[in-house]
Amino acid sequence: MHKFLIRSFVSSLVLIFTLTVAAVAKDVKAAFVYIGPTGDHGWTYQHDVGRKAVEAAGFKTTYVEGVPESADAERVLRQLANSGHDVIFTTSFGYMNPTNKVAKEFPNVKFEHATGYKREHPNVSTYAARFYEGRTILGTIAGTMTKSNVIGYVASFPIPEVIRGINSFTLAAQKVNPNIKTKIVWAFTWYDPGKEAEAAKALIDQGADVIAQHTDSTAIVQIAEKAGVYAFGQASDMDKFAPKAVLTSVENNWGPYYVDRVKAVANGTWSQKDTWHGIGDGMVVISDLDSQMPADLRSKVKKLQADLASGKVHSFTGPIYDQKGNLMVAEGKTADDGMLAGMMTYVKGVEGDIPK
Amino acid sequence: MIIDINFIGLIIASIMASAVPLILASCGELITERSGVLNLGVEGMMIIGAISGFALMTVTGSLIIAIFGAMLAGVLISTIFAFLTQTLITNHVATGLALTIFGIGISAMIGKNFVGIPGKEFPVLFEGLKDTIPLLGPILFGHSIVFYFAFALPFITSYFLKKTKIGLIVRAVGDSPESASNQGINVRLVRYACILYGGAMSGLAGAYLSMIYTPQWIENMTGGRGWIALALVVFSTWNPIKILIGAMIFGGLTIIQFHMQAIGVRIPVQFLTALPYIVTIIVLVVISRDSRKIRLSTPSSLGKSFHKDN
Repeated sequence: MHKFLIRSFVSSLVLIFTLTVAAVAKDVKAAFVYIGPTGDHGWTYQHDVGRKAVEAAGFKTTYVEGVPESADAERVLRQLANSGHDVIFTTSFGYMNPTNKVAKEFPNVKFEHATGYKREHPNVSTYAARFYEGRTILGTIAGTMTKSNVIGYVASFPIPEVIRGINSFTLAAQKVNPNIKTKIVWAFTWYDPGKEAEAAKALIDQGADVIAQHTDSTAIVQIAEKAGVYAFGQASDMDKFAPKAVLTSVENNWGPYYVDRVKAVANGTWSQKDTWHGIGDGMVVISDLDSQMPADLRSKVKKLQADLASGKVHSFTGPIYDQKGNLMVAEGKTADDGMLAGMMTYVKGVEGDIPK
Repeated sequence: MIIDINFIGLIIASIMASAVPLILASCGELITERSGVLNLGVEGMMIIGAISGFALMTVTGSLIIAIFGAMLAGVLISTIFAFLTQTLITNHVATGLALTIFGIGISAMIGKNFVGIPGKEFPVLFEGLKDTIPLLGPILFGHSIVFYFAFALPFITSYFLKKTKIGLIVRAVGDSPESASNQGINVRLVRYACILYGGAMSGLAGAYLSMIYTPQWIENMTGGRGWIALALVVFSTWNPIKILIGAMIFGGLTIIQFHMQAIGVRIPVQFLTALPYIVTIIVLVVISRDSRKIRLSTPSSLGKSFHKDN
């Protein structure tokens, strides 16, 4: 018993010593909280690629994967904050309240919450990517490449992020081809290869010859490859899964932002921010354009990409009407970030209703 | 909208393709349950089969090794279950649940190195005959060997249980292990064999998902299909032929729903996701009212441990 006490006393001394040394040395440690497994090859996978960039920049990182958006998240966050992490990235919308709650208890730890809008304490920042800019490019390609004029779109959940993507995609496709129809199938999952494949198959059986997706797995591009139709990669470059089908991919590139923010913590220059970066800042990356696309389309896309990056072109430029024909954005105006963030109506040209 | 006959053929073909893993896993579990063992680890065995098949295909490049390897992996993991429940006489339900959790965890661990690797093309049979017959063409032709095996399996299983001596022994062990034991049947051996067979079929079901249906490895890619397969066994009232029908209904729900969405008809998705389970509960209620019917095929000693001192 005595031995045990002594041993635990010594080990706690060692622990305290290590912690003190760590604090003195100012080794910045970053932690990442993931909603899915790092092996999803989609959303979480890309965040983890960003984490590895932080590691490559010389910082220590930890991650916890598969954390539910519930009270569990709070527990995990508290644990990470308690164990000497200086900055914690919470990479799913549902971590919004837990992040703010735990941030209040640990004013010296910096919190970075992805895709949220609540910054209740000075140590909470939020960040997101303007994926809809990428979808403007995909829409332009889809509208040009379709022969059946039916474009399939596998959607996940009816939230502004997804609706915004559908609208941006459809507006761009209509611009190059007014005859197209966008058929939308809601899979009600972010990530279920079997289900996503079935959804894509249904759309192809109904005549779609270009398939876009707002779910994470590579199943859809594989189905497209088998059926001989076109598709686009989501979150990461999916070309190798379907070399013939994938025309391009929209990649989530979190690395530069993560490195930036961790460095800011190390230099003591970190301050609260709300970041919403697009193609221009490199957070949204368009993969190589497939050679099956005609040369003039490729150069058109390149130009569009440059214009979106410079701000010369905005994905939501008026006049934009909703399905009932009400004016959403007036001619010559562009949708402001507030409107984009809360977008819950389809634009004219999208078929069907948003499921409740 | 004009629906042409080939379009219906295509829909039926996709429904059948989605039913394959359910049929395989359910037919395997049915044999296990008919021997009196309730193995809730189907989801875990399936996911182990999925990663094993995919990993072996990537490493060896041989589809045959991968398919049989996946079945062997299912056998191996079910051996753990068999050893625990038959030799150490642990509780079936708890052990089965543990097997599922274990399977999901270990598959994720092995799978780390196989994420982001595209799968190989799996050969299909009679591709050229697809367009020769309207409606039936896409239904009958252009599928993988596993597909045809799955649709033959319920009939084979039914024949095995009803017409063969070993089938009779399995049923005897499931209905009354005591009497079977008194007749000189090695109850434990029969149950071991049935559990291992169930594992092999679940492994094959998983390999179908990761090698044929959506050729890739993704964590948790079975997505609850093991649980549906379990519900299906109950739904079928332990009758293999009804598994065929049930698998088509359960597998078809999602596909029909997607087609309806694309046409513009809305059905609440949450309801459809819950439907297989709701239907199973209804079936349970219905059969429990008719005690004669349930006695016909429900293994009477299902889930009960059997002790024999020898």
